[in-house]
Amino acid sequence: MPKKFTSILAGLALGAAALAAVPAASAQDKVVKVGILHSLSGTMAISETSLRDVLLYAFDEINAKGGVMGYKIQPVIVDGASNWPLFAEKAKQLLEEDKVSVTFGCWTSVSRKSVLPVFEKDNGMLFYPVQYEGEESSYNVFYTGAAPNQQAIPAVEYLMSEKGGGAKRFVLLGTDYVYPRTTNKILRYFLHSKGVKDDDIKEEYTPFGYSDYQTIVADVKKFAAGKRTAVISTINGDSNVPFYKELANQGLKASDIPVVAFSVGEEELRGIDAKPLVGHLAAWNYFMSIDTPENKAFIAEWKDYVKAHNLPDGDKRVTNDPMEATYIGLHMWAQAVAQAGTTDVDAVRQALGYQTFRSPTGYDIPLDAKNHHLHKPVFIGEVQANGQFQVVWKSDGLIRAQAWSPYIPESAKKVADWTYPWVCGNCTEPKYPSSDAVAHR
Amino acid sequence: MLRQAAVVPAAAALAPRPVAAGRPGLCLTWQRYLTALALAVATFFNGGAARADTSDFATAVNALGQPSGDAVTSAAQTIGASGDARALGLLEALRDGAVIVTDGGEVTLRDASGALHDAVTGAPVAATGHPATLDNEVRRVLDPLIARLELKSPAPDVRLAAVQTLESRSSEDDAPVMRDALASEKVAPVRRALVAALAELDLASNDPQRRLGAIAAIQETGSIRFRSTLQGLVTKQDDGTYSEPDPRVRSGAQSALAALDRKQFMVDGAADVMYGLSTGSILLLSALGLAITFGLMRVINMAHGEMLMIGAYATYETQAFFHAHLPEHESWYLVASVPVALGTCMLVGALLERSVVRFLYGRPLETLLATYGLSLLLIQTVRSIFGPQNVAVENPHWLAGGTEVFEDVVIPYNRMAVVLFTIAVVAFVSYMLRGTSLGLRVRAVTQNRPMAACMGIATRRVDTWTFALGSGVGGLGGVALAQLGNVGPELGQSYIVDSFLVVVLGGVGKLMGCIVAAFSLGILNKVLEPIAGAVLGKIVVLLAVILVIQKRPQGLFAPRGRGAEGT
Repeated sequence: MPKKFTSILAGLALGAAALAAVPAASAQDKVVKVGILHSLSGTMAISETSLRDVLLYAFDEINAKGGVMGYKIQPVIVDGASNWPLFAEKAKQLLEEDKVSVTFGCWTSVSRKSVLPVFEKDNGMLFYPVQYEGEESSYNVFYTGAAPNQQAIPAVEYLMSEKGGGAKRFVLLGTDYVYPRTTNKILRYFLHSKGVKDDDIKEEYTPFGYSDYQTIVADVKKFAAGKRTAVISTINGDSNVPFYKELANQGLKASDIPVVAFSVGEEELRGIDAKPLVGHLAAWNYFMSIDTPENKAFIAEWKDYVKAHNLPDGDKRVTNDPMEATYIGLHMWAQAVAQAGTTDVDAVRQALGYQTFRSPTGYDIPLDAKNHHLHKPVFIGEVQANGQFQVVWKSDGLIRAQAWSPYIPESAKKVADWTYPWVCGNCTEPKYPSSDAVAHR
Repeated sequence: MLRQAAVVPAAAALAPRPVAAGRPGLCLTWQRYLTALALAVATFFNGGAARADTSDFATAVNALGQPSGDAVTSAAQTIGASGDARALGLLEALRDGAVIVTDGGEVTLRDASGALHDAVTGAPVAATGHPATLDNEVRRVLDPLIARLELKSPAPDVRLAAVQTLESRSSEDDAPVMRDALASEKVAPVRRALVAALAELDLASNDPQRRLGAIAAIQETGSIRFRSTLQGLVTKQDDGTYSEPDPRVRSGAQSALAALDRKQFMVDGAADVMYGLSTGSILLLSALGLAITFGLMRVINMAHGEMLMIGAYATYETQAFFHAHLPEHESWYLVASVPVALGTCMLVGALLERSVVRFLYGRPLETLLATYGLSLLLIQTVRSIFGPQNVAVENPHWLAGGTEVFEDVVIPYNRMAVVLFTIAVVAFVSYMLRGTSLGLRVRAVTQNRPMAACMGIATRRVDTWTFALGSGVGGLGGVALAQLGNVGPELGQSYIVDSFLVVVLGGVGKLMGCIVAAFSLGILNKVLEPIAGAVLGKIVVLLAVILVIQKRPQGLFAPRGRGAEGT
C-alpha cells in the first residue's frame, strides 16, 4: 500500500513539474517582464493600488504600438501588503526568480530603503514614483517623484508668503518613519535659515494606521492661538482619512490654519467628504485639474481604460502625481530600451540619461543623468469640494532636483553625480580625480 | 442690466457733483430736486438701494467676475465698504460659492433652487457659468468684511460670532466699527466679547493706563488667545530691553499670564478627560465582547478583532442597502445596522464555536492557535469578498460637526454618540447577563459546570450562546468603529491587543473591571499624548499595565473567592 502511494505521489510530482516547465519555455520568446512592486493591501493600499492600475494601462498603451523592441511587456505583479520586510522578499523574488528587466514600485520610503540593498546586490533597476525626503541617490534607482526642493521647500515658502497666509508658526505633523522625520529635519533647518525660531516650530509623529487625532488637532489649535500658524502634514496612508475628518469636526478652517499635505492627492481625497476640507493645500508636480491638451488626453484615455476593464469605482477614478510620475518613468524606460537596443540594465541606465518626455503638464521633462531624478514643475493647489485641486501657485518652469539637501550641514557638501568623473551618489570628492576635473554639482 | 446702465448715466448727468452716501439734502434747489428725482427713478427701476454710489457698487459687483484673485479681493472690499444693503448677502454668497459668472461675463447669484439671478438687479438669468474665483486669499479678506457687516445683524449669536472673527484678526481697522457696535450693544455675552476684542487693540495704545485697563479686561476673559500677546510684553528682546516700557504694565501682564496658564491647565485637564472618555469608550466596546468570551468562558479568542471587523462591514453593507433601496432615509442606516451587526456576528460566533472552539475547551494553547488561524481565515474571506482596500462608511449628516464645550475645545458629535452607544451596550450586556434566564444559565455554567449540568442545563448549548453573545457584542463595537476610523480587512488587528489588555487589567470575569480598566487606559493615554507624543504615550501605557499586572496578577477587580476554573 505505501509503495503504491509513493509511486502515485511521484507521478503527480513529475506531472506538475512538466506542466510548470511548458509555459516557461513558451514565455521566453517575445515578452519583456516588468515587475510591479506595490502594497495592494494594508494601510498603504489606498494610495498604491492606482499605481498598479496605471502601469497596466500604460503597458497596454505601449503593447498596442508594438511593445518594446517588438517584445510585448508582461507584468509580474507582487503585493508588498504594507509590510516592509515583505517588500524586500518580493523584490528578491522579482529579480532572482522572475528575472524582470525593470521594476516599478514602492511608495513609502521605508519600503524603498528595504528593497535598496536587494536591487544594489542583484544590479536591478527600480523606478520610484513618489515624492520623498531625498538624502539618497542610488545607482540602481530612478527617482521620478519630487525631492524636497521640488515640493516641500516651495510649499513652505508659499505658506510664509503674503498670498499663502504669512504663517509665522509651523506644526510639522507626520507618520513615524524615515520620510517625515528626514523631511521635517530639512524643513527645520530651512525655517531656521528664514529666521523662524524653534519655539515657533512643533513636531508631532503618529504611527502607521493611527486613527485617533483628537488631542493632536486640539493641540494644533492651542499652538495656533494668537499667531498665524500653518500645519505641514507628512501623514501617509489611510490615517489621513480620520485626520481630515477630525479637522473638519473640530472646525479648523483652512483660511485660519491652512494644512499643506505632501502625501495627499486626488486618490486619497476620494475616500472622504471633501467639503469641510475646502481651502486646505497640497503641493505636487501634477494635478488632475491642470488644463493642458496633454492632460486632457491622458485623463480621457485613462478613463476609457477604466471603463473598458471595469475597474472598481468606475467613473470616480482619478489621476494624480504619483500616477503621472509612474507614467513618465515607464515611457522613459521604454524610450531608453529602444535607444539602447537591449533591456540590459547597464545599457538602459546609460541611455536613460538622455531621455525627455512630454508630460501631461505640458512640459518636456528631462531625466538628469547625474542624480537619476527628473526636473519637475511645482504646483500648489487648494482642495475643492469635489475632491479636485485648484492651482494657486506654480513655479517658474522646471526645477532641478537636489538629492542632497543644502540645508542640512552634513549633506550640503555631498554630491550625487553618476557621470564621469564623480561616478557616485553619496560622496564629497570625485571617484576619478584628475588635474582638469572641475568640482561641480 | 441695461436699465441700470441707462439710468445711472442719467443720474450722473443730472447731478452737478457726486452726491455722498446719505440722504439728499432737504433744501430743494432745482439741482437737488432733479437729482432726487433721478434717484427715485433709479430706485424704482432697480428696486433696491437708494444710494447714489450704486454705480460704484455695480462696478464692484461686475469686477467679481474677473478671473484674478486680486481683482476679486479689491472688488469685495469695495462692496464691503459700500454700505449697500445687499452687500452682506452678496459677500456671503461669494464665500459660499454661490456667485456664478456666466459665460457672457455677467455676475449672477445662484439661489437655493439653483436658478441664477442678476447680482445687482435680481432679474432672473438663464445661462450657465462657473463659480467666481475663490481661494484662501479671497477668503481671508471676505471673513472680516462679512464679520463687520454681521455686527449689525439682529441676531445676537451672529453678532457674537462676528466679534470673535474680528477679535482673532486683531486688526486696528476694525476698532471704530467695534466701538460703534459696543455703544449700542445690549446683550451681555456680545458686550463681553467686544470689550475683550477692543482690549487687545488697546494694548497697542500709547497710554499706559489704557494698556493696564486692557490687561485687566483680558485677564477677566481668561481667553488663551491672548497668551502670545501677553508673552510678547514680558519677554526680553534680543537687545536686552522689553518691548513694553512700563514696569507696572509688565507686572500686570505677568500676573495675567499666570492666571491664564492656571485656567488653561484646568481646561486642558478637562478636555483630556473628555477625549479619554471617548477613547475609553472605544476600548470598552472592543473589549466587552472579549470580556464575555475570555472572562466568562476562559477561551482565548484571537478572532475577536475580526468580530469588530465583520460588524463594521455589516454596517457598510447596511449603508449600501439603504443607498440602493431607501435613499430618502439613508442617514438612518446607522440605526438599522445595529441589529444587523449583532445578528451577523452572533451567527458567525456560533458557527466558530460549534465548528472549532468547542473541541478545545480547557486547552488554552490550542485555543489560542486555532482562533488565530480562524482570524486569518476570516480576514482573507472578507478580503476576497470586498477587496483588500478600505471601504467608505460615511457619517450620517446628523452626526457631522461638533460642539464647543470650552474655548477651542470641540467635542465632535460622532464621538459623543459613541460614548452614549457604549453606555447603551454595557446596559444591554448587563441586562442580558443579569436579567434574562439565558444570563442566569451562562453564569451558572461559568461558576460550576458539573453542578449546572446536574440541574438540567444544556451546558453545550449555553456555551454556544455565550460565545455568540460575546461575538455579537464585538459586532456592535464594529458599528461604532465604522463611524470613527477606516474600515478594512485588517481593522480587527489594531484592536485585539488593546482588548486583551483591558480585559486582563480589569480582572477576568468582572464586567465592572472591564469598564473601569477601559476608561482608565483611555484617559491615561490621552493625558500622556500631548506630553509624550502618540508613540511614547502608548509605550508608557503598556509599561503601566505591565507594572499593575505584576503587582496584582488577578487584575483590578478580581473575582472574590475560589473561582472554579471552567473545564
